Formats: sequence, structure tokens, C-alpha cells
Amino acid sequence: MQTSNNAITREMFEHVGKNISQMEAIARPSITYWQDAWRRLKQNKVAMLGLVIIILYTVLAIVGPYMTPYDYRTTNTEEIDQPPSAKHWFGTDTLGRDLWARTWMGARVSLSIGFLAAFLNAVIGVIIGGISGYFGGKVDMVIMRAIDILYAIPYMIIVILMMVVLGQGIMPLVIAMIAVGWLNMARLVRGQILQLKEQEFVLAAKVLGASHARIIFKHLIPNALGVILVNLTMSVPSAIFTEAFLSFIGLGVVPPQSSWGQLAYYGIQSFRVRPYQLFIPAFFISTTMLSLNLLGDGLRDALDPRLRS
Amino acid sequence: MVKYILNRLLVSLITAWVLVTIVFFLVRLLPGDPFLSEKVTPEIKANMMRYYGLDKPIHIQYVTFLQNLLKGDFGYSLRYKNRTVNEVIKQAFPYSADLGIRAVIFATIAGVTLGIIAALNRNRTWDYLAMFIAIVGVSVPSFVIGPLLQYVFATKLNLLPVSQWKGFSYTIMPTFALSLGSLALMARLMRASMLDVVNQDFIKTAKAKGLSPFQIIWKHQVRNAILPVITVLGPVTATLLTGTFVVEQIFAIPGLGKFYVLGIQNLDYSLVLGMTTFYGLFLIAANFVVDIIYGLIDPRIRIAK
Repeated sequence: MQTSNNAITREMFEHVGKNISQMEAIARPSITYWQDAWRRLKQNKVAMLGLVIIILYTVLAIVGPYMTPYDYRTTNTEEIDQPPSAKHWFGTDTLGRDLWARTWMGARVSLSIGFLAAFLNAVIGVIIGGISGYFGGKVDMVIMRAIDILYAIPYMIIVILMMVVLGQGIMPLVIAMIAVGWLNMARLVRGQILQLKEQEFVLAAKVLGASHARIIFKHLIPNALGVILVNLTMSVPSAIFTEAFLSFIGLGVVPPQSSWGQLAYYGIQSFRVRPYQLFIPAFFISTTMLSLNLLGDGLRDALDPRLRS
Repeated sequence: MVKYILNRLLVSLITAWVLVTIVFFLVRLLPGDPFLSEKVTPEIKANMMRYYGLDKPIHIQYVTFLQNLLKGDFGYSLRYKNRTVNEVIKQAFPYSADLGIRAVIFATIAGVTLGIIAALNRNRTWDYLAMFIAIVGVSVPSFVIGPLLQYVFATKLNLLPVSQWKGFSYTIMPTFALSLGSLALMARLMRASMLDVVNQDFIKTAKAKGLSPFQIIWKHQVRNAILPVITVLGPVTATLLTGTFVVEQIFAIPGLGKFYVLGIQNLDYSLVLGMTTFYGLFLIAANFVVDIIYGLIDPRIRIAK
């Protein structure tokens, strides 16, 4: 035992006493739920990588088409099926159109359809789910039975049916996707509302005379926002996939407009000779979906209150 | 159990009715008039008139439509005068069913195995590897993985035939391309479900009784964990079936999906809607079967009166 020279003695301590004002002082700045979530998310390297990739693709979708002198629609019979080069960064297609320009114009379409469809689905789902969960009883029963039945019809079948009827293009794609796309979100939100509406702050709001709409949209929905946001992030990649899938079977946007799914569809016709025409759009579809899935996983970990210490 | 089956049957029937009703009204919303197209011969036009009873009031048209479906008649092609949806189904469905069954079996076995491996090695290399495969599988669409496989294994390495459907070696790449997404989904579900079960009291009891780890994992953990995975078999079947549209296209398999996409590209609406109805009803039936299987396996439903 070596005690002699580094033993802890009484003299090393000093009596501080009670200081009421300092006891109540807040040691660190308080942070909100969202700041805390952001802090957790920042620590998740994989999720941040996903976020960076999504931002990068979004920026390129905005500026990409202007980075090359070629227009995405202009055909050029002199330069058909060129492999990627310094002149045409991603090569050209069978009509001699520059694939860099087409890829990023396609990114605009694919990304905006993905985000728009996911967002509108979320809005409709939140409203219907919120009403169903909040009022309960007969309203809830009718809405939930209707959702059960619509849910049992395969999603892709409904979307294809809608596309056949609505015709091709961006708006028909979005409308077809939101026709039944909100079901999942409605179920999720209803479940959340059912849990939340029994809590005291809702009772307090009722006592203070808040209207139903105010309670739903100012008190209940904001408390379910974390779950809603995670689900929203997760539904963007599936919307992007649906667009690509539909374009791939010939129901997507119409040329000369391009989208990633459509580029892949044309790329596949000749990919054994010119693999770049398929693999470039395929790479962007896959990495976008992967990034969004990873970001969604990260968001779930960051926002899930059960995981909070 | 009987009550459970009757309940599921009722829901399935209502769903089927809603689906065919939607199809009926969508047919009436179709853009343009099929009779204006020059490709429609008078013969087909006469067929159309008779089949849909287009000269009669709408409620009679609806009844005619339902009667045709009840007889198992899904309509016919607008483009080819002697081609009916039923003939196309009869000719092409066996290929699609073959591919689909292979994919369901492969996705389930491989997905569940991957999930078990991941859960047993939680937060170790195998877990990370399995979950990495799973998230890549969810993110890479079949129309990317299919050509990629073709490029590597057929064009470059010359190991497998590029396309068509003539024997076992032809089935490997399409099956894998089709099932990867579902495989990944099932692996993630199985992992989560296994980790859920491992904290249950009956596992503790099994350990306390001194059962071997193999018996605990196999008889108690896996058996209980697999239940939620079975519930997704319905949606997985749907995903795989629509996946065949793309995979059959890529691998030149003469299945139903190929005809479906061809119908869309030919603007053969009547054929497409007929086939869509068939797909929808098939999937509703598949869902019903999965529900019944689930009821048979889950003792909570099986024993309940």
C-alpha cells in the first residue's frame, strides 16, 4: 500500500456551503426535442453520409443541366452512343442526346416526384388518421374498415390502373401514387393519436375550450411529428422506386422529358454493348434509395423517444 | 378458427368486389375512344360492343361485367382480334408461377436464415454484414440487380445463360434478382423479431431447464419469432408478382409479366385491365391463404373459438 505521499487528506477539501441562487442555476443551455434529435443524428455517420448524398444530388439536379453546353432534348446524329468522355461526361444515348444533361434533368423529375408524392401522402394520411384517431367510435370504425379494404388491394396494381387511365406524365404519376399511398401514414398517425389523446395536456386544452381542430393540429399532430417524419423519409425512396418502376414498364414520363427510371429503361435495350447507358441511371437510383433508407434509419434512432437516455 | 376464416373470407370478398368495381369505372374513364383508333377492326368493335354491352345503360353494363368475371372471363385484347385475356393467362401464367414460387421459397429461406444469423451475432461483424446486405437489397431495384447479374455472370464470366427459361441454370439469376428485395425485408423483420423474443420469459425458463442452446434457439426462439414474418408473405407475394413485370422483361421469360408490359406499350387497355383484374384477384386470394396459414400456425388464433 503506497499511502504516504499521495494520500487523500482532509485539507484537500473545502466546504462550499449552500448557495440557493446557484443551486437553481441551469448548468447547460436547455435544448429542445428537435435540437437533441439533430445532435444525435449528427453523431450517426452513416445517416449523415446519406443526408450529404441527398443534398449533393439535389444541388446537381438544380445546377447539373447548366454545367454542360448540351441541351437534354437536342438530338445529334453525329454523336450517337458515345461512351463517357471529356466532351460528354456521361456519354450520349442512341439519339445523340447528352446523358449528363439528361441524367440531371431526370434527377429533377425523379426527386421531385419522390418528395412531392411522399409529402402529399403524409399530409392526407395525417389529416385522415388524425380525424379517425381523435374522434374514435363510429367515424374511426368506418375509416379504418375502408382503409383495411383499400390496403388489401395491391398498391402497384392500383397505381398501374390509375396510370393507364390518367395517361403518362408527372402529374398523373403523382396522383396515381397518392390515390392509395396515404393509407400507411393514416394508420400510423391514428395509432399515435389514440395514445396521445388520453394525456393530460389534451385534457387541459379541452378545459381551456380549444376547438377539435386546434387540439388535433396544434397539440396532437406536433407530438406525433417525429414518427411522421421518419415515415415520410422512408416513403420517399419507395415513391422514387415506384416512379422508376413505372417508367421502366413504359408508364412513366414521356420523352423527351427524362427520369432516372426512363433512362434505365432505354439503357437496358443495349446494356450488353453499352453498359454505361444503364449503369449510370441505375447507380443514381440505387444510391438515392440507399441514402434515404439510411437517413430514415438514422432519423428513427434520433427521434424515437424510447431510445432517449 | 371457423369464425376467423369466415371473417377473412368476408373481407377478401368485399375487397375483390371493391377492386372490380374500381376497374369497371376506370374502364369508363379511359382516355379517348377505343373505336376511334384505326387499328380496331370492325370485328373487334363488334366484340367490344357485345362484351361490354356498351349500347345498354350503365347499371346493366355493370351487371354484364360482373357476370363475365364470375364466369372467369377477363376480357380480351383490343389489338389482336382472337386473343383473350384467358388465353394469355393460360399460356403465360405457368412460367410466372414457376418463377414466383422459386422466388418466394428462396426469399423466405434465405431471408429468415440471414435474420437468424444477424440476431444471434447481435452487434458483431456477421450482424453488420447481414444488415448491410439487407439494406442494399431493399435499396437496389430488381431492374438494376438483374442486368448487373447478367453483365457479370453471363457476359463477362460466361457462367450462366444470359436469358430465357429452359432449365435450372436459366432460373438462377431471375430468381435471385426477383427475390432480393423481399429477402432483405424478411431478413430485417426476422432479426427484429428474434431480438424481441430473446428477452421473453419463456426463453429464460428454457435456459433454466438446462436445454441446449440449439434447442432453445430452434424450438423456442425461431418458432416464435417466425410468426410476424409469415404475416408479410401476402405483401411479399404481391411485390414479387409485380416484380415479374420487370424481371421477365430483362431475362426474356415468356411469362405473364412480359405480356402485361407489352400490353401497356401497345396501349392495349382492354388486355391490361383484364390482366390487372386477374392479378388483383389472385393477390387477394393469396392474401387470404396467408391469413389462413397464419391462423393455423398461431395457437392464439387456432385455439380461440
